[in-house]
Amino acid sequence: MLELHHLGKRFGERVALDDVSFQVAPGRLTGFVGGNGAGKTTTMRIVLGVLGADTGTVTLDGHPLGTADRRSFGYMPEERGLYPKMRVLEQTVYLARLHGWTPAAARRNAEELLDRLGLAERHDDPVESLSLGNQQRAQIAAALVHRPEVLVLDEPFSGLDPIAVETVQSVLSDAADSGARVLFSSHQLDIVERICDDLVIIAGGRIRAAGSGDELRAEHGSERWELLTDGDAGWVRELPGVVVTDFDGGWARFEADTDAARRAVLAEALRRGEVAGFTREHTTLAQIFKEVVQ
Amino acid sequence: MSTSRSTAELRTPKFTETVGLIAGREVTTRLRSKAFLVSTGILMLAVLASVVLGGIFGGKSDPATVAVVGTAATAVEGNPALEAVPVDDRAAGEALLRDGEVDAIIVPEASDPTGLQVIGLDRTPGGVVQALSAQPGVELLDPATVDPLLAYFIAFGFGIVFFMSAITFGSTIAQSVVEEKQTRIIEILLSTVSARELLTGKVIGNSVLAFGQIIAIAVLAVVGLLATGQRVLLGVLGSSVIWFVVFFAIGFVMLAALFAASAALVSRAEDVGSVTSPVTMLVMIPYFAVVFFFDNQAILTVMSYIPFSAPVGMPVRIFLGQAEWWEPVLSLLILVATTLGALAIGDRIYRNSLLRTGTRVKLAEALRG
Repeated sequence: MLELHHLGKRFGERVALDDVSFQVAPGRLTGFVGGNGAGKTTTMRIVLGVLGADTGTVTLDGHPLGTADRRSFGYMPEERGLYPKMRVLEQTVYLARLHGWTPAAARRNAEELLDRLGLAERHDDPVESLSLGNQQRAQIAAALVHRPEVLVLDEPFSGLDPIAVETVQSVLSDAADSGARVLFSSHQLDIVERICDDLVIIAGGRIRAAGSGDELRAEHGSERWELLTDGDAGWVRELPGVVVTDFDGGWARFEADTDAARRAVLAEALRRGEVAGFTREHTTLAQIFKEVVQ
Repeated sequence: MSTSRSTAELRTPKFTETVGLIAGREVTTRLRSKAFLVSTGILMLAVLASVVLGGIFGGKSDPATVAVVGTAATAVEGNPALEAVPVDDRAAGEALLRDGEVDAIIVPEASDPTGLQVIGLDRTPGGVVQALSAQPGVELLDPATVDPLLAYFIAFGFGIVFFMSAITFGSTIAQSVVEEKQTRIIEILLSTVSARELLTGKVIGNSVLAFGQIIAIAVLAVVGLLATGQRVLLGVLGSSVIWFVVFFAIGFVMLAALFAASAALVSRAEDVGSVTSPVTMLVMIPYFAVVFFFDNQAILTVMSYIPFSAPVGMPVRIFLGQAEWWEPVLSLLILVATTLGALAIGDRIYRNSLLRTGTRVKLAEALRG
């Protein structure tokens, strides 16, 4: 378990992080969501040790992180960085060897990973000659080639086409399945919602919500219900203890004061005719995000 | 802990292994760069050319050829600087002169106090006139062991080779430091290796390259001197060249550390030139000092002990025979001590500046950390 305990960081007068605590569990993909300047990158850089925290600690399996631990980390910084003139395979092998892999094993890891990321044809091309999307894949290879136990990726999906997103997602899932702790940030809430097991939402340097998708929905999800009937649903407005928020023909979205009032809506609908749907409104991550950051 | 950690293929690398990897990357990157190969080739050609040209112009000049008419032959006889071509009369001599076969004609001239007249084509044939002039005998109380012009060229040679190599590889290491900051790969590197490993690897990698180039220049100069038959010069140069290589090897490590540290203060390749200019000045000192003061023994002595100019100053003094046997040893110790100091300060500046991007880091802040 990677744990962040009460991290605080100031840049001059500005408070970048204020009492940031959360956990990244092994075997799970943890999404880190927040607006621009919310503190995601600062948090990640502190975890990687490239930035020092003013207060708080980061622990791995209970002990404070040291240089030796960080050798087993994989990192994809916010600002992409590879040697522009170095060849893709050579560079990936070099990074694996810096982490302590033998030349043969480093080469095997690098080739496997690059092939899987769709860069099989580009092994001997300089990084600067690749398209931005392919540079992004090379960057992901650089973060994963040494089979890290902790992966910290800043916006790994930005700039990728949908196919590439799926490829990267499967690579990350495999890393998590083999026991790695994976933390990544993203602006693309739909992707995060689809692939993440756990979510951390940060705004203004403070953690606003953290937990599994179901937990967040239970806590921050909508209290509204949706009814779809074959007739006109205008009658719902007449029922006591019910407030209709949206209404269109046979469809209505409403809030009920009590469970009894909600059940009364269903009973009345069944009495009047066909009921095509009666569900709790699905809350997207975007809605939860909006709610918790406000 | 994760399951995929196999000990046979993966282990924590030692400091020396990491440094070796980093230094190896510096060397292979440079050896693959066309610009580097071309500039090295040009430098080698320049060295070879100066050795060969030195052999052509530095040797004794051939005696001047003169056409002699009649009794003038006796005046020329036995003069080592003149080779006589007897001709029947002045007209025959003029024909040879106009054809370029001879440099001058010497004819008897009764009205002249010397009894001779020298006839040139379009200007006074100075060499011939001088060879015919009577000169008083000269005795030197303290004769110079080395031809002063030759000494000047040797001093100049040490100066320019040091200057060129130090600037070339100094700016290479500076560019390499900023490249890592500018492309932000530094964040990935520093999450893997320590700043000290990175700096050590860079300094060693570039020092190996610079040292290799100096050795190649030394070998080329020696081979060139042998091939052009300048054995005498080689014997005189001998030990000073060896000292130069030793001083350069250590002196460059010091400069490399300073170049790397100052480059770490900035984040963009465009700023490298201005931020490393103080170090560049230090590199230029020995070069200009040698050019202007090589015949001033006092200044040369001081130069041979100051670490930044010692790699040029001390070999020049050894060449001129001015240095006692212990002097290069003492100067080398001072250089080693200064180099260790430069490495310590460089390490500190480098470590404290690497992750600070954006505006230039102030030196005081970098030192404080």
